[in-house]
Amino acid sequence: MERAGIVGVGQTVYERRKEDTFAELVFEASTKALADAGVGIEAIDNIITVSNDFWDGRTISSMAIQDAAGSWDRDISTVEGDGIFGALYGMMRTLSGSFDTTLVVAHVKGSEGNMNMITNSMFDPIYQRHLGPDATSTAALQARVYMEKTGATEKDFAKVSVKNHGNGVKNPFAQIKKKITIKDVMESRKIADPLKLYDCSPISDGAAAIILSTEKGLKRFKKDPVWILGVGHCSDSYNLGYRDLAWPRALDAAAQKAYKMAGIKNPLKDLDVVELYDAYSYMELLWYEGLGLAPRGKGAELIRSGATGMKGELPVNPSGGVLSAHPVLVAGLARLIEATLQVRGEAGTRQIKGAKKALAHGINGPCGQAHGVFVIGA
Amino acid sequence: MDVQNIYYDGRIKIPYTWYVGETGSRFLIALRDNKEIWGNQCPQCKKVFVPPMKTCGECFVPTGEWLKLADTGTVESFTVVHYENGVAKRPLPVIYGLIKIDGASGSLLHFIGDVKPEKVKIGMRVKAVFAEKRGGTILDISHFAPVKG
Repeated sequence: MERAGIVGVGQTVYERRKEDTFAELVFEASTKALADAGVGIEAIDNIITVSNDFWDGRTISSMAIQDAAGSWDRDISTVEGDGIFGALYGMMRTLSGSFDTTLVVAHVKGSEGNMNMITNSMFDPIYQRHLGPDATSTAALQARVYMEKTGATEKDFAKVSVKNHGNGVKNPFAQIKKKITIKDVMESRKIADPLKLYDCSPISDGAAAIILSTEKGLKRFKKDPVWILGVGHCSDSYNLGYRDLAWPRALDAAAQKAYKMAGIKNPLKDLDVVELYDAYSYMELLWYEGLGLAPRGKGAELIRSGATGMKGELPVNPSGGVLSAHPVLVAGLARLIEATLQVRGEAGTRQIKGAKKALAHGINGPCGQAHGVFVIGA
Repeated sequence: MDVQNIYYDGRIKIPYTWYVGETGSRFLIALRDNKEIWGNQCPQCKKVFVPPMKTCGECFVPTGEWLKLADTGTVESFTVVHYENGVAKRPLPVIYGLIKIDGASGSLLHFIGDVKPEKVKIGMRVKAVFAEKRGGTILDISHFAPVKG
């Protein structure tokens, strides 16, 4: 069967209020990915952009940046959702037989809009939107259900925040680089109970890009590819009230599909590093369970054990994760890029020694409605 | 060359007129005219939906029977929100709840009120408080308040 591999990656530094336009961000990430792959734009057969009209404040936001993505005379299509789904669409196009190489580029400027109002707009306009829920208040509802059903505590959530912010210190692309303590998290400002300031990811700007190739397309590139070994994606109920908020069954389905494809039997042992979408601290514990790294209801035990720390059995989010920079839409693609750097051994001081197999995860929709999982390896 | 950064302020405000559907209309009319909460049921899995659904997503079939439910329920989750988000026009802190109406299979997102935030608990029994002025929207329920006694 034909395979697809990642042959180039590029990211901007993630910051709040970046002094670049959307197009400049897209151009920077795209040209960095091309330079990383050792090629010019002529090596690219087609392009996938990732953007969202509400975040950009215009309709057909993809069209405004297509020149900056190098789409001149090329086939281009768009994903409106997290970048992990852009990578998925890019992989499908690469393997479709129509194109040998694909550039996937995602951008956002969270600082230019209003996160609460934009995420409020993802809710049903008839029954929910006027009540004012947003990404953070609904995450808080999920966090509480999770605590109630599993016995996880606010301190367990704080442990995630301490770990990931600590890791972020070593990531030159991270926005928040901070050594913090459990006490700092517990005493930080209340946002939406039980979530406090340091349980929440920041508002970020930035862009990220990857280049995918079939085996046939490889001769155009200088670097050895990092292969996509397994992939899975699944979505749960839109209506929060009719979803089990304490059990991410869509992630379970996505992960199991990816593991089967990649021949992963015991993810905790078989994987060397995981980059997952921790938009809020508690999510990491919930995603441990969905990814099968911890038994159901036991996510808190895994963080308590230290197994997911930099020196643990399976380091999770050595980049600092989404808690250290949350460019919405870009963040899932950034996870895949970080996973790629790990497998290549190019992750600098955040490198997990000898990492061969890595997992990257992205989400879409309120409280992780949809999940995308990639398992990649050398 | 040093260039001063120029920023451009915008605000997109576009009026929409969303049809709520026949199913939604029936639900909202019952709230508005009779202060009643109605749900409907999937003929296959027997789940009762509030707000009602035209179809059951899981079974992928049209829902069937309408059921008049109680105006009481149980708090399945809640959060006390300490920030202004420009949408919920209520004094801070705002308390959101996922409320399982008696007889429903899932929860309804709404406000919890008439209670101190620190007194709200999962499992707490609540009752719908209807707005004085009702216009056929979800805000015809003002909020859910603890059941007394």
